[in-house]
Amino acid sequence: MARLSEIAKTIRSKNAGVDKITFDVIFSDAAAYERVRRSGALSRAAVCRLFEIAPDRISDHVEFAPALAIKFTIFRRAPSGSPGDADIFGAQQYGPLLGVEVPNA
Amino acid sequence: MPSIERNRSANDTLRIVCPNGHLGFAPIKTGSFEIGCRNEPDLICADSGSCDVGPGPLGADVSSSPRQWQEQDLETMLLASRRLGIPMIVGSAGDTGTNSRVDLFVGMLRELGRKYRLPKFRIGYFYSEVGKETLRSRLGEGERVEGLDGRPALDAETLEATDRIVAVAGVHPYIELLDRGAEVIIGGRSSDCAVFAAPAIRRGFPDALAYLYGKILECASFCCEPYGAKESVLGEISMHDIKVTAMLPEQRCTIASVAGHAMYERANPFYEYFLGGHIDMSGCRYEQYDDRTVRVTGPRFVPAGELCVKLEGSGKLGERYVGIVGVRDPYTIANIDLVTGWARRQVEERFGTSGYELHFAVYGRDAILGPSEPLRAAPAHEVAVVVQAVAPTKKMAEEVCMIATRQMFYARLPEVKGTAGGVAFILDEVMPASPAYRWTLNHTMRVDDPVELFPTFITEAGV
Repeated sequence: MARLSEIAKTIRSKNAGVDKITFDVIFSDAAAYERVRRSGALSRAAVCRLFEIAPDRISDHVEFAPALAIKFTIFRRAPSGSPGDADIFGAQQYGPLLGVEVPNA
Repeated sequence: MPSIERNRSANDTLRIVCPNGHLGFAPIKTGSFEIGCRNEPDLICADSGSCDVGPGPLGADVSSSPRQWQEQDLETMLLASRRLGIPMIVGSAGDTGTNSRVDLFVGMLRELGRKYRLPKFRIGYFYSEVGKETLRSRLGEGERVEGLDGRPALDAETLEATDRIVAVAGVHPYIELLDRGAEVIIGGRSSDCAVFAAPAIRRGFPDALAYLYGKILECASFCCEPYGAKESVLGEISMHDIKVTAMLPEQRCTIASVAGHAMYERANPFYEYFLGGHIDMSGCRYEQYDDRTVRVTGPRFVPAGELCVKLEGSGKLGERYVGIVGVRDPYTIANIDLVTGWARRQVEERFGTSGYELHFAVYGRDAILGPSEPLRAAPAHEVAVVVQAVAPTKKMAEEVCMIATRQMFYARLPEVKGTAGGVAFILDEVMPASPAYRWTLNHTMRVDDPVELFPTFITEAGV
């Protein structure tokens, strides 16, 4: 097992419009990308468990081979910058991804 | 300065230098911009807009960028544009692209023209604001204004709770202004990619490549590596491909950096939507063309069946005050929801349960992720609670915030040993913050003509 933070080059989150936050997990080589992709550690179901959200909160979930990236997007609880939203840019939502356990290939 | 020279790969190309992905928000780095200007650009283009700043600037009709940085970036671009004799285009003026922000930028250009005694030049500009009465009459005629991203269709109540609306323009007003002889263009709210796609489409390059060209260039050096913001990139479009080159000697465009940028800030990396259609990037091929240049081919343009323009709207919720308290007592931390609950009840005794908003963000536990925080059961040894109160008047917002903040000091939990005070104050006061707004509109509206909401104007500046 290894933590996602040890395998991925970039793990980030950012607004995608005012109603969604998108997460990018980018790898520096195809082997790492394939390992995580095949493991299911970032599958829709895994993302729902990690963030404790219902499946319909995920708007998009794609594997983007040209960038060696796994990418998913979730609907926000409220539009960005509404009172009570403490992450207007959505830039710190990726924290829980760092510790995701990935089985050995 | 090291020389980076890119020879044109074909005669029939259009080159654009982009110095900044959000003009005014942080200043242009001029070193790489000058290198870009020495590479025979045909235009200098930058986008100045973003929704990232939240609904406040649009609602209150202000910029989130300081005026001095806006002036500085416009000066850097304008002086280069006039010196080289090439057009300059800025989209979504002043962060929001409202009419007042367009006027602000046009005024700055006039001022710069006088200050530097620039030879006369033609400024083209267009507006993007949509009046509420326009939407009222559309709704009155029974037309649906569809919601995006899971939002319901617009209703009268949401419209009336809105203070300001901008429509997001496509390439059309930019092309119209170029046709009318504009040498410097200030755009109202528009799609980022349109700023770059417009001159390319006008010159006859394929729509698919032109929009992809804009999509890749619009964030300047965000498509390069290593990371370094506000550095210039040079793009070149031909009939068959686009190429993008990092201008800062320490940066390169790589397949990973350019493909990685294609998905930045977008829900889906394969589609980019704008007024008039979308591009499908699922068939794009990325190649390393030279050490610092990436070549991209293969996007597909899908014209829209009917023209739908995106609308962004912001509405004021009320005045806002903020208070901050700290907690070090472990039992209090473990039961912090009882403390905030106590404070909320004190507010309710004074003001009832509605007519205001009260939010507690517990830093050190789950302020940032809320219910999605996996570690919320394991808070830190000290936490901060940030209290936000929103109410119709400043006076009421201040009192709601003051009650909620101060009453945490008096909250009593049965097991707490420290009976002198329940929280630590960094300031025994609450602070006025900017008024609270909400994104009320993220919708699309049908239009017959892609310029009907975007009136264009030409004026002169310089001496």
